[in-house]
This record gives sequence, C-alpha cells and structure tokens, in this order.
Amino acid sequence: MELTRRDALVAAVGTGVGVGGGGVALSITRSEPEEEASGSASAAGAGRKKGVDRELLATFVAVARAIYPSTLTGIEEFVRTYVAEQLGTDGEKTESRRTATRETASELDELAASWHDTSVVDLDPGTVATLLREIGVDIAEPDPSGTIAQRLRFHVVNELHYALYTSPTGGRLVGIENPIGHPGGTASYQQGPST
Amino acid sequence: MSGVDRAPSQTAEVCVIGSGPAGALIASVLAGTGYDVVVLEAGPRFDFDSRPKRMERAIRPSHSNDSVWGMGGERDAFSASGEQYYPLNAARAKGVGGSTLRWQGMVMRLHEADFERRTRDGIGADWPLSYGDLRPYYARAEQELGVAGAADNPFAPPREEPTPLPAFPPSYSDAIFAEACERLGVTTHSVPNARNSERYDGRSACVGYGTCQPVCPSGAKYDASTHAEKAEREGARVIDRAPVKRLATDRSGTRVERAIYATPDGEHTQRARQFVVACGGIETPRLLLLSESEQHPNGLANSSGLVGRYFMDHLFAGMGGTLDRETRQNHIGFMTSETHQFYDEPGEGTSGAGGEVPAWKGNSRAEDLGPIKLEFLNYAGPSPVGSALGGEQWGDELLSSLQSEYGEHIAMGGLVGQLPRAENRIALDRNRTDDQGNPVPDIQWSIDGRTKRTLKRANEIQRAILEELGVEISWSVGPEETGPAYHHMGTTRMGTDPGESVVDTRLRTHDISNLTLASSSVFPTSGAMNPTLTIAALALKAAAHLDRDL
Ligand SMILES: Cc1cc2nc3c(=O)[nH]c(=O)nc-3n(C[C@H](O)[C@H](O)[C@H](O)COP(=O)(O)OP(=O)(O)OC[C@H]3O[C@@H](n4cnc5c(N)ncnc54)[C@H](O)[C@@H]3O)c2cc1C
Ligand code: SF4
Repeated sequence: MELTRRDALVAAVGTGVGVGGGGVALSITRSEPEEEASGSASAAGAGRKKGVDRELLATFVAVARAIYPSTLTGIEEFVRTYVAEQLGTDGEKTESRRTATRETASELDELAASWHDTSVVDLDPGTVATLLREIGVDIAEPDPSGTIAQRLRFHVVNELHYALYTSPTGGRLVGIENPIGHPGGTASYQQGPST
Repeated sequence: MSGVDRAPSQTAEVCVIGSGPAGALIASVLAGTGYDVVVLEAGPRFDFDSRPKRMERAIRPSHSNDSVWGMGGERDAFSASGEQYYPLNAARAKGVGGSTLRWQGMVMRLHEADFERRTRDGIGADWPLSYGDLRPYYARAEQELGVAGAADNPFAPPREEPTPLPAFPPSYSDAIFAEACERLGVTTHSVPNARNSERYDGRSACVGYGTCQPVCPSGAKYDASTHAEKAEREGARVIDRAPVKRLATDRSGTRVERAIYATPDGEHTQRARQFVVACGGIETPRLLLLSESEQHPNGLANSSGLVGRYFMDHLFAGMGGTLDRETRQNHIGFMTSETHQFYDEPGEGTSGAGGEVPAWKGNSRAEDLGPIKLEFLNYAGPSPVGSALGGEQWGDELLSSLQSEYGEHIAMGGLVGQLPRAENRIALDRNRTDDQGNPVPDIQWSIDGRTKRTLKRANEIQRAILEELGVEISWSVGPEETGPAYHHMGTTRMGTDPGESVVDTRLRTHDISNLTLASSSVFPTSGAMNPTLTIAALALKAAAHLDRDL
C-alpha cells in the first residue's frame, strides 16, 4: 500500500503541528506548501530549513524501513514530511524534543558503528531491525529519559508507529479507514465492512 | 510575578468558585444579566491549540491518562481509607472547564422515579424537587450544552421540545445489536450526546478523532470552557490557578464575607455579596470542612453534620468478546445506542420472537434492584495504534498481529447507581496536606449489597443479549471487578429539613444565607443516569434564584 505525503501531513497535523485555533476541518483540507509539494528532495529541504538536519531525517527513514510493514511504499517521503512537521517547528518544547531525539539517534549510530562498522543509514532494513532488537528496543517501555532502548522506543520507534497507525493508510492496512487519532469524519463508523 | 492579574475584583457582586459546567454556567448567566462576577478556578487555563498534543499524550503509552490534563502531584493529593479504593485523580480534572475537559459527554435526564426513590421503593431518599420542577431547566441545559438527541427513546421522561441538534446516527455495530435485541424483545434507541452532530455555538461538528475521553481536539465535544469564555465575554473575570483555601464569615456567622485564595503571586482575599461553591462533589464538601472556624467548628454550613456524608457514585457493569464477523469498532470515541428498558423495571424479563431476557429471580423487597442503564459500545477491543505502541513486535509481524486482533470485538457497558449511605463520605485527612498546607480529602467508600445485586442483574441482561448474538464472551465486569464511573454525588445533600440536609431547593445552604452550592453533591439519591445534565439544570435554577436575590 502506498503511503502519501498527504498521510504524513494529516498525521502530523493531527498531532497539532502548525494547526491554528479550532483548525481541525482546516487541517485536513489544508493545502500543502508549494515548495514541499514536488517530492522528497524539497520536502527534506523544507525540513532542514525548519531545523531538522539531514542525518536525523535519514536515521528516521532507516528505522522506518526496518519497522514498517514490507508492503508499504512511499516510506521515505512520508517519514521526511512527518518528522519535519513534528520536529521542525520553532518553539522551546520542539527544540528540546529535537535535541533529545538527535542525541538518541546519534547514540544509535554509535552502536551501529561499533557493532556493524557503519552508520545506521547504510545498514539494510533487516540489519537495522536486528540491531534494534539487540539493543532491546522491542521490549523496552517507552520513556523519554530512560535507557537508550527506552529512549529509542519513545523518540523514534513509537514516533514512527504513531505516525503510521494514526494515518488513513496505516489504518487501512489493519482494516480501519478512520483510525483513532485521525479526524476521518463521522460516516465510516456507520458503514458495514466492504465486501 | 506571573504577568497575569490575579488580584481580587474590588466591585464583585458574585464570587463563583470552580469553573466546571456548574460554575461556568452560573457565571455566564449572571454576567449576561449584568452582574459583576469573578470566578476563582484552582487549575490552569489550557490553550485550545494544545489539544492535538494532549491527544498524542493520551494515545502514547508513556504518559498516564491523568497527565493529559496535568492531574496528580501535591496539588491533588488525596487519601482513600475506605473498604474500596477510590482513584480520585482519574475521576476529575482541574482547569477552566473542569472535569468536562476529559468527560465522555453523555447527557440524560433523570427519570421521574429517581426523584421519588423513598416514596416508591421505601429506600434511599426522595428529592425535595420533582422531575416537573426541573423539566424547564433540563430543556435550557440541553440548549446550553448543545445536546444531539432524538425522540426515539420510549423509556425517557416526558419532554416538550426537541434537543437542539439531531442525534448521531447509529453505528454499524448498533445495527448488529439492534437485531439481537429485537429478537429478545429489548428496545434500543439513540443516546443524547453533548457533542456537535452539526456545527453549533461556534464549535466544530464532530470530525471523528475518536479520543473524546480524555480530549476532543476539535472542540465538538462540549466542555465548560465554552461557558467560562462566554462569561468573560459578558464581562466576568475568570482567574485561573487560584485555589480557594477557605471561606470566612462575617461577625454574625451567617454570611460568607471573603474567599481566601492562593495564586502563583501570593494569597488574596475576594469579597462579594453572593458566593457560589461549584468545586465538584469532592472538593465542594472539602472546602466547607476546611472553612471551620470558632463559629463553625465542624465546618461551614455543617450544622447537620452531613457535609461530606452520603457520597455516591455510579458503578460500571460490562461484558464483551468477539463475533465471527467484522464489528467496525474504534472509528469514534462515543456511543450512539443504548437501552433504558431496564431503568425503571430492572427485574422485569422481556421476550421476543427469538427468545427472552429472563426476569430477575427474587423480586421481593429484600431482593430489590436499582435502575440500570445499558450501553452498546462503539470502541470495544484494542485500537491498532494503541496495540502498535504497546506491543513488542514490528514490521510484518506487528501488522499481522494487528490484523488478527482488530475487527471482531464487541461489547456492552452499563451503569448502576448507589444508594446514599452515611458511612460513605468525604472527610479531611489531618495527617496529610496538599501543596497549600491544607488537609487532603479522604474518600471513605464501599459498595452496598443492593448495588452489587443490581450489577449482577446488569450482567445477566448483557449475557442474554451477547449470547443471542453468538458472541464468544471473553470478559465481564460485575460486582467483583466493578469500578466507579467518576460521578461524585450526595456529599452536601438537598432537603427541606435543615437537620437532615445541607442545602434547600434553591441550592442555598440552610445555615449561610449567601452561600449556594452548585454540584451533584446536592443529589439526595443518584439514579443511574450520568449526572451532568442534571448538574447543569440545577445550576441554571440556582442562577435564577441568585438573580432574584441580587
Ligand atoms: C473520565 C470522565 C468521564 C465522564 N463522563 C461523563 C459523562 O459521559 N456524562 C456525564 O454526565 N458526566 C460525566 N463525567 C462527570 C462530569 O465530568 C462531572 O459530572 C462534571 O464535570 C461536574 O461538573 P462540576 O462543575 O460540578 O465539577 P467539575 O467539572 O469537576 O469542576 C470543578 C472545578 O472546580 C475547581 N475547584 C475545585 N476545588 C477548588 C477550589 N478550592 N478553589 C477553586 N477551584 C476549585 C476544579 O479545579 C474544577 O475545575 C465524567 C467524568 C470523568 C472524569
Ligand atoms: S470523535 Fe468527535 S467528539 Fe470525539 S474527539 Fe473526535 S471530534 Fe471530538
């Protein structure tokens, strides 16, 4: 199934990035900024401009490839857009979250370097998945100030799972077009299963 | 200095303490009439734009649900020394809007019988008001809250005008339930929701985030910040982060003269002609008890000794499992169908073309039952995002777990009301203090035999319906597992006899002539309907009396 930039924007907007007061209806129909509309390179550019560096975005993409279902396409653009929206805005809270996420990501990179002699972004998805398991991220309780496993779970893995499974495409994979956390309207709850 | 002016108003005629629906409604009505109103609210003013982030907090497992609205810590310390633990901080919110910030938003009128429990059943207490007395205020409350409802409930008490918004249509799973219920002779109907089925009162229509409890990012679900803001537009002042520590009377001891409140910038004193305490069913009696003085050694308005006594809540009964077909759960976070068939006749059986709900075995007085409200859930079973964030898998493995876990869950819920019993009470725990140095509330709570019996009966009906559907039942919540619905009632009961009650039918305390208590704390008996529409109706009634007195 194809993840779209729209999925990412909807998911990011659903979590409040860049949404004005009472702007829910607005947010789902929000038009995409022009310079971001033409593909991943400019989306990454937009991210950098707002303060998410290329390395961090690349780490998120590498982890997403390892933990997202293999049937998904469009992962890179989805993740870049979502992370740029989540971590790229101004403000004290975002700044401290961005710093904590960056620190966690570089610790992951150090572990990759010492166990696999290369950066996370150069590992294939299967090896990234193994690395994360070796660190214990799969069984860690998410905690922004815990062990490296707990922080990776909080800042990276759960961030990515939140983005995916509150988006319409992620929901549809499981069988729900309007997943919890997504403002998908009040029609779908009334409808029976599509045969 | 915090940059916000939290100094007292010099010219206030009315001081309202608490900005949940009770306080905010009274403030908005009285400010709209032209009175100088000041509202003192213990919690903060939350930024509307922060709601999507709060939703994320609610969904992601690393945060407790209570933290979504900042509950917990020294400010909210409490004790629960009763037979049954009471999770107080899950049961309320502090801030402009009060507990409605995190509520579900189901709004029903009480039934006529709820006002006459002693006369009819020889048990509990009668209200000094009848349904007819409250009926016009119920209609106004429905307008104020923006209730979406329909006239399809044959068990509801009589009403003269429709709700302001059309009901939400039934869900797909409601239709599954309706068929089974029909075969058993059980009637299902819509649910009145304080939630916009269409745009109303400047607020968005529901857009289906599905996280209503604890936060609605769109504002489609009513919360009392709406009325706090209306009050401000009418000229009232709403001062946040201003917990009132005690009320002081004048020399005669019969009138409140001052409210002493804390702020981030220090302590202040607010004077007014009329005082309204609208702090919810726990903090309202606590504030009266904290206001003890030489003239009022047992606390304010407590000559009856009943302040804090007769604490009641509604108890939850539920049952669920899986079906051999898709049930389409978790698209929205609220309910669209219920049955109130067993509200006035909890012991009666029903029968239809396909079978029956058997009658309750013992219908003698000693075996009597209380009203039962039954609900058909739209959010049975886990949600995919919840499972993904809490699980230990990822990739294709996670996806196939989610796919097999989601889809076929189905469940019923229900509420049962407790009877008032003096030993269930809110007292002060003198061994423990909050961030202001005041003794914390101690909730002494237990569940009586009649309530447990009624929960058992609720389970019996739920089982009959689920079995008729062919549900493989995997869980139930009955007398042993039950928990509170977070409706705090009874702790400053209303009555005509000052020796047997705390407030009169105007919600004025018997002892103190300028002190009004607006809360479910005045309910003499609980019924089994969610209380807030009744709280709102009583608040509007109290506002009318205050207007006359001012
Ligand atoms: C999870 C949940 C779900 C619920 N669902 C429903 C539902 O579906 N239907 C329904 O009818 N009800 C529901 N309720 C109950 C409903 O929220 C309450 O009945 C309602 O909010 C009570 O209104 P109130 O104004 O009396 O008190 P509250 O809303 O509790 O407001 C009291 C306010 O007073 C403030 N305060 C307290 N002490 C002081 C002090 N000393 N000084 C200054 N301010 C003070 C508090 O900070 C608070 O803001 C639910 C509650 C919860 C927690
Ligand atoms: S389902 Fe409707 S009411 Fe509930 S949170 Fe979403 S928008 Fe608000």
